[in-house]
Amino acid sequence: MTMLTKPPEPGLSARAPRKSPKRGKPSDGFRGIGDLKIALFFIAPAMIGLILFYLVPTIRGIYLSFTEYSILGDPEWIGARNYERIAKDPLFWNALGVTSEYVVINIVLQTALALGLAILMHRVAKSTLIRGALLMPYLMANVIAALLWFWMLDYQIGVINQIIEWTGLPRVAFFGSEQWAIPTQALINTWRHMGYTALLIFAGLQAIPNSVYEAASIDGSKAVSTFWRITLPLLRPVLVLVLVVTVIGSFQVFDTVAVTTAGGPVNATRVLQFYIYQRAFNEQDFGYGSALAVILFLILAIVAFLQMKFLRGNQSDLD
Amino acid sequence: MTTLTPPPALPKNAGRRRPLSRPFNWRRAIALTLLALAIAVSILPFYWVLRTALSSNGSLAANSANLLPADFNLGAFKRVFGLQSASEAIAEGGSGASINFWQYLWNSLLFSGITTACAVFFSSMAAYAFSRLRWKGRDAVFSLFLATMLVPPIFTALPNFLLIKNLGLLNSMLGLVLPYLFMTPFAIFFMRQFFLNMSREVEEAAMLDGAKHWRIFFQIIMPNAAAPIATLALLTFMGQWNEYFWPLLVGTSEESRVLTVGLGVFKSQSPQGAPDWSGLMAATLVSATPVLILFAIFGKRIVNSIGFNGTK
Repeated sequence: MTMLTKPPEPGLSARAPRKSPKRGKPSDGFRGIGDLKIALFFIAPAMIGLILFYLVPTIRGIYLSFTEYSILGDPEWIGARNYERIAKDPLFWNALGVTSEYVVINIVLQTALALGLAILMHRVAKSTLIRGALLMPYLMANVIAALLWFWMLDYQIGVINQIIEWTGLPRVAFFGSEQWAIPTQALINTWRHMGYTALLIFAGLQAIPNSVYEAASIDGSKAVSTFWRITLPLLRPVLVLVLVVTVIGSFQVFDTVAVTTAGGPVNATRVLQFYIYQRAFNEQDFGYGSALAVILFLILAIVAFLQMKFLRGNQSDLD
Repeated sequence: MTTLTPPPALPKNAGRRRPLSRPFNWRRAIALTLLALAIAVSILPFYWVLRTALSSNGSLAANSANLLPADFNLGAFKRVFGLQSASEAIAEGGSGASINFWQYLWNSLLFSGITTACAVFFSSMAAYAFSRLRWKGRDAVFSLFLATMLVPPIFTALPNFLLIKNLGLLNSMLGLVLPYLFMTPFAIFFMRQFFLNMSREVEEAAMLDGAKHWRIFFQIIMPNAAAPIATLALLTFMGQWNEYFWPLLVGTSEESRVLTVGLGVFKSQSPQGAPDWSGLMAATLVSATPVLILFAIFGKRIVNSIGFNGTK
C-alpha cells in the first residue's frame, strides 16, 4: 500500500518543530540510561514482524535466486546460473520492454492529467466533495477497476466501443490486440490513480504561500510564466515524490493484467511481476522466479535513486 | 479558502494573484467544464456497473449504450450470492458453477478487520517507542523499519509464501493475515509523526505521579491519538480490502477466498465468448459496496488525510 497521507494535527496541542526528534530533552532527567528496556517491550511485536516477514524473506529471496528449487525437495545451489539464464531469456526482455512501455505511458498520462486537475481545483473549486468524487476510483481495488473497464471496453457490446462507432471510427480491440493491450492497461491505471495523484499535487499547491504569487504579479509576471517559473519549481519536491511513487508502483503492475489479459494476447501484457508469478507459481520454478524478483528489486532501487538524485526531490526551494 | 479574491480596491493591483480570473471569465467556465468532465469520468463508470448489474444478459447486446438497465431484473445478484440453481444461472447467461460471495465477503471482512486491528495497535506501540522514549540506536532501528517500505511486495511474497506453506497454513485465515499482523512500516511512520508533535506536559505529570510507561501509553497517549488512529485504521482497512496478490497466493480454496480473488475466479469461470456481464458487474458492485459505505461515512477524513508528502 503506498498511501501518502497526512497525520492530523495533534490533540494535545503542541508547537513542536516537525523534524529533529532530538530537540531539547525535558524528560531525560527521569532515566539516566534511557528507556531501552521499556522500548524493547513496545517494539517487540513490530520487531517480530520486521524480522519474520521482511528481513529473513529478503535474505532468503536472495539466497533462493542462486538455487534451483521447485518447492518439492530442497533448494539446490547453482551459483549465478539463474541470472545467466535471465540474460538470455527472450521472455524476460519482452517483459522488461512491455513493463517499461506501461510505466512510460502511465507516468506521462497520469502526471499530466493530475497536474492539470490539481491546478483546476486550486483555481476554481476546492470543495471536499469534488476532491472526494475524484478520489473514488482510487478507493476501488485494482481488480474492480480492471473488471469495470473490461466490460466498458468490450469489443462487441462495450459502451465505449459503441460510442466510438457513433463517431464513425472503427471499433477498437482494447484488450484483444497486441498494439492496444498495454496502453489499455495504462489507461485503467491512470483512471484509478488520476484523482489521487491530483490530490497529492493539490496539497503541494496549497503549501505555496500566496506572497510568492503576489511578488510575481507585482513584478509583472504573466500567468503562463508564473506557472513555469514559479509554481512548477516550487512544486518540485511533491512532483518528484509523486513520480517516484508512481514509477515504483507502475513497475509492479499485476492485478489488472492478471484479471483481464493474463499476459496476452501472445506476450503483449506479460509484465515483469506477472512473469515472475508464472515462473514461480505456475511452473514451480522458485529459484528462477526469485532471481527475476531480485532483478525487479534492483531496477526499482536504481530508478528511485536516480530520480531522487537528479530531480533533487529531497530539497525544497521554499525554505 | 478564498481563492477568488474580491476585486481589489487599488486599481494598480487589479487582477493580482490571478490575472486570468477577472478579465477572462470564460476561462473559468472552461476550467469548470474540464473539472466536471474529470468528475464524470471518475464517477460515471460506477453507474454503468449498477446499470449492468440490474440488466439481464440477453438484452445487453441490443441495448449496449442505453442508459437504463436493459430488461431490469435481480437475477445477477441472486447468482452472485448462490441463490440460483445451476440451470437457472445457465439460462440467464451465468456459468452455473457454484459461487458464494457471502463466504468471500466474510473472508474479506475477517482478513481486513484482523490485520487492521493488529497492525494499527502494534504499529502504534512501536511508534511510541520511536517517538516518546529515548534509547540508544532508536533512530537507526527506525530507519531500518522505514527502509522496508522500499522492498517490493513481490520480492518478499515468494519466501513468505514458502514460510506459510512450510507452516502448513496455506488456505487458512491465519496464513492470510500473518504477514500483515505485526506492523506496517507506513503505520509506524504515520503514528510516529503524530506522537512526535504531542505535548509532553501531561505525560510528565503522570510520570511524576509514578505512572508506568504502559499506563501512559494506554491512558494518555492512545486516547489522545484517537483521531489519527481512526484515519490510519480506515486507510489500512481499505488497503487490505483491495489486496489481491497475497490472497491469490495463499487463499485459493473456496473457503479461504477473499472478494478480490473470488472476483477473479468468477470472471475466469464466466463463459468464454458470451461472458456473464450482469453477474460480473453485480459481483463487482458487491465487492465495492463496503468501501463505498466507509467512504460515504468517513469521506471527509479520508480526503483530508491525503496530501502529506513526507518531505516537509
